[in-house]
Amino acid sequence: MTDKKIKMPDLSINFAGIKSPNPFWLASAPPTNSGYQIMKAFDAGWGGAVWKTLGVPVVNVSSRYGGVNYRDKRLVGFNNIELISDRPLADNLREIEEVKKRFPNHAVIASLMVQTRQEWHDIVRQSQDAGADGFELNFGCPHGMCERGMGSAVGQEPKVLQMIVEWVMEVATKPVIVKLTPNISDITEPAMAARRGGADAISLINTIQSIVGVDLDKFAPYPIVDGKGTNGGYCGPAVKPIALNMVKNCAQHPDVRLPISGIGGIENWRDAVEHILLGASSVQVCTAAMHFGFGIIREMTSGLEQYMVDKGFNTIYDFVGKALPNVLHWEDLNMKYKVTANIHEDKCIGCQLCYTACEDGAHQAIKLNAGTRVPEIIEENCVGCNLCSLVCPVEDCITMDRTDDGTEHLTWKQRTEAGTAPTEFNDERAGGRHHWVPEPAAALGKERHKTLPGKARILNGETEVPATA
Amino acid sequence: MAEYSTPTTEQEFQLNFAQLKPHMNRTEALYESSRCLFCFDAPCIKACPSGIDIPQFIRQINSGNDTGAARTIYEANYFGNACGKVCPTEVLCEGACVYNLQDVKPIEIGRLQSYATTKVIESGKKLFGPGAPNGKSVAVIGAGPSGISAACELRALGYEVDVFEAKAQPSGLTVYGVAPYKITNEETLAEMAYLQAQFGYNVHFNSPINSREELAELESKYDAIFLGIGLGKTNDLGLPGEDKINCTGAVEFIAELRQHHHQVAVGQKVIVLGGGNTAMDAASESARLGAENVVLAYRRGKEEMGAYDFEYDLAKGVGVKGLFNVAPVEIMGNGYVAGVKFIRTETKEGKVSEIAGSEFVEPCDMVIKATGQAKQTNFLSLIPGLKVDGKGRIVADAHTGQTTNPQYFASGDAWNGGAEVVNAAAEAKLTARGIHAYLSK
Ligand SMILES: Cc1cc2nc3c(=O)[nH]c(=O)nc-3n(C[C@H](O)[C@H](O)[C@H](O)COP(=O)(O)OP(=O)(O)OC[C@H]3O[C@@H](n4cnc5c(N)ncnc54)[C@H](O)[C@@H]3O)c2cc1C
Ligand SMILES: Cc1cc2nc3c(=O)[nH]c(=O)nc-3n(C[C@H](O)[C@H](O)[C@H](O)COP(=O)(O)O)c2cc1C
Ligand code: SF4
Ligand code: SF4
Ligand code: SF4
Repeated sequence: MTDKKIKMPDLSINFAGIKSPNPFWLASAPPTNSGYQIMKAFDAGWGGAVWKTLGVPVVNVSSRYGGVNYRDKRLVGFNNIELISDRPLADNLREIEEVKKRFPNHAVIASLMVQTRQEWHDIVRQSQDAGADGFELNFGCPHGMCERGMGSAVGQEPKVLQMIVEWVMEVATKPVIVKLTPNISDITEPAMAARRGGADAISLINTIQSIVGVDLDKFAPYPIVDGKGTNGGYCGPAVKPIALNMVKNCAQHPDVRLPISGIGGIENWRDAVEHILLGASSVQVCTAAMHFGFGIIREMTSGLEQYMVDKGFNTIYDFVGKALPNVLHWEDLNMKYKVTANIHEDKCIGCQLCYTACEDGAHQAIKLNAGTRVPEIIEENCVGCNLCSLVCPVEDCITMDRTDDGTEHLTWKQRTEAGTAPTEFNDERAGGRHHWVPEPAAALGKERHKTLPGKARILNGETEVPATA
Repeated sequence: MAEYSTPTTEQEFQLNFAQLKPHMNRTEALYESSRCLFCFDAPCIKACPSGIDIPQFIRQINSGNDTGAARTIYEANYFGNACGKVCPTEVLCEGACVYNLQDVKPIEIGRLQSYATTKVIESGKKLFGPGAPNGKSVAVIGAGPSGISAACELRALGYEVDVFEAKAQPSGLTVYGVAPYKITNEETLAEMAYLQAQFGYNVHFNSPINSREELAELESKYDAIFLGIGLGKTNDLGLPGEDKINCTGAVEFIAELRQHHHQVAVGQKVIVLGGGNTAMDAASESARLGAENVVLAYRRGKEEMGAYDFEYDLAKGVGVKGLFNVAPVEIMGNGYVAGVKFIRTETKEGKVSEIAGSEFVEPCDMVIKATGQAKQTNFLSLIPGLKVDGKGRIVADAHTGQTTNPQYFASGDAWNGGAEVVNAAAEAKLTARGIHAYLSK
């Protein structure tokens, strides 16, 4: 026994001057619609909350959300056609004050969206007076507000965005975060505009313009409002990969250099850690809280803590952006590295998904042998694409094992620079030149190998209507 | 105390005989179908005697195409709904599911199958119909799984079909033999009504074909005759006292049970003789009818029983006790059954022999003989040129079902000696095509 106590890591953050007991904030959305909800969330363990966007008066429609279900999983994607807060501004401001009084060490950030310079000045001042710890400028909403020249209409125009940030900075005494829309081809452009305007931080992503599904009987997109629908904003677990890439783009860009609040598809501590490893230093959650309630925070903080203990990280800042040096451009990847699929026979359950995946979807590098359902890798044909290991339903049953000797390193960039990159189709140095591919006609009849169902069972090579009798 | 109290009303009967494979609702079907891996060259298909494209119908259920799922099932097996409920899936499709190799619960294929087919049966949706009339006709003897399946397939091929059935209801042992906790009469008959409405064959109930004259009439009137007669009564044991009151055959007991439910009485202590699946059923059923003691007596050891393990487990689960290595010698009692005199046996090199002097009497007030069904050899001998093998099974071509009398074809228990509903359904489909090939020559 040692008398050394396990030192619990410090989850607190100071995000561009906004302090919070942990990096988990509720994103500006229905869960932050009222003081009641935010107090409940803080009570449950959330570190901060970005208030549901305050701004101009709006009216919402009924039937507001649509979901993407995947097989038996509900809401792997989520979309909404809701607008900013429809509660009176005065009520919101009063409740901000009340929450701040009760929770002085938690982060309360006012999300704002108005139109004119005067309106921006007024609302920033009012929120400041109410005690908000900072602001988030909503330049992201992809429906309803952009038609009125706000939200993503601003986020998509770097010049307008910069101008509005400048207006806000004229009166703001608290940190200003600019929330970016992903509905743009290069996320770093509005990010740089935010920086030029003087913003203290950025947050991303807002929702992605989407149609979440179409009703096959009513011939209308979801969510349906009196038989009609409109495009909405997409979020939830499905958008995490898009968010991660955009967070990375902003974090790596030499001219952005702003703290990032990562948003998009965060539902558990792992998702949060991924955002942090790619450069986020606070994270925001909406869909998961809407789906499961505020209670998910307990798993998130405990998971994050455990991860930090396991890794020996003392503060969040020990690993903010830690994966960034390993995210390269494609041309900088080592082309000499080679992995080959390896089926661990003892684990294989014989579903043959790997076989059919490689056969139909990859490189015909897996074969079946008589007398066993365990497929076999044809090593010469395997390009190391990972597909089989991704479709295999058994954990660690197909591993991708390194098969080069680990001594060589050559990138496309180096090849281009050295003049050894292929330049024409029949170039000996081209990639697929020596890959084995079966003759096209060898495919015919192969699908018949599967049991042909439907008609009377086909017994040993028998035709549909027996020839004898 | 018995596990079950004697049911006195239909509700109590339904509780004691609750369905082992109850209906799935849409949510459960969605969750269960989501688990299917859509295996390539799926082992479950190969393990299904009727070769249903299982991953295909499960995928159809998952994508909300329940009607298409039902079509996939019925294209391979006209008893799709019944099979989902009564098949020994543990040793067929579900036993072959790859999940078993991962020690994960296999996909509930049977329940998914009944889910999809119940939907089309309830909606009455038209999926199939008779083919264009080809001017020929076939007589089908027996409205069991084999007879009805043959009738469906023959109608699809354009034949006029008349089914002659001795009993008052269609589906054979599905409604007269299978345990009531596997399928209800309503479910069974609903599928029969659905099939008849789709295909339009004629069924003549209460019309046993018993004599040479009746057969001769069919021979002259129809181009071919399909034998789907199944097996016969429970075999006699040839023991003294077998005629005592409350000594009954399992098949007869179960037929009563299926028709009259809680109105069927069992004894306080029931001895079931036999070690096959029918013995397990009869024992379970006696327990569920409220018998206080049910003893399953078998000539050999536990491991040698013909019954599937899960059927024995089911019987044990309702309180049935096993009595192994005993052979019945005499049914004791004075008019009524009062006990069974057994002699102990031992098995040496696969041979059972009785141990001299080891007789004992096991008291009881009911004996159920589950010692196999007799073959219908007397009836079959009325058909000229028709051969049966040494075990009384009809001899027929493995692919076409044609018997040694070319006008006669056979499938099901009468041909295979006694198997499952699914075998009868699969064979009959094949045989119908054999008839078609023969009559198309
Ligand atoms: C107790 C018991 C439990 C069983 N449980 C199961 C189970 O859980 N699952 C399963 O899959 N299988 C089970 N089986 C087996 C299954 O019921 C049979 O394999 C299947 O019914 C065979 O179908 P078939 O059409 O060949 O014969 P049958 O179902 O026996 O049908 C034959 C039909 O022909 C009629 N018939 C016979 N002779 C004549 C005649 N001369 N004239 C007119 N009509 C005639 C009979 O009345 C009957 O309706 C069970 C069998 C028994 C005995
Ligand atoms: C491995 C891979 C390679 C792809 N290559 C191409 C390509 O060469 N040309 C192209 O137009 N799209 C390419 N795509 C994109 C797909 O055509 C498609 O637009 C995209 O995957 C979205 O469809 P999905 O959700 O069905 O996958 C590729 C996709 C994958 C997964
Ligand atoms: S996918 Fe995995 S489990 Fe399935 S056959 Fe291939 S190796 Fe075996
Ligand atoms: S890694 Fe790709 S190419 Fe290699 S066996 Fe697997 S699927 Fe085929
Ligand atoms: S074996 Fe199991 S998982 Fe595979 S297709 Fe059949 S039911 Fe689905």
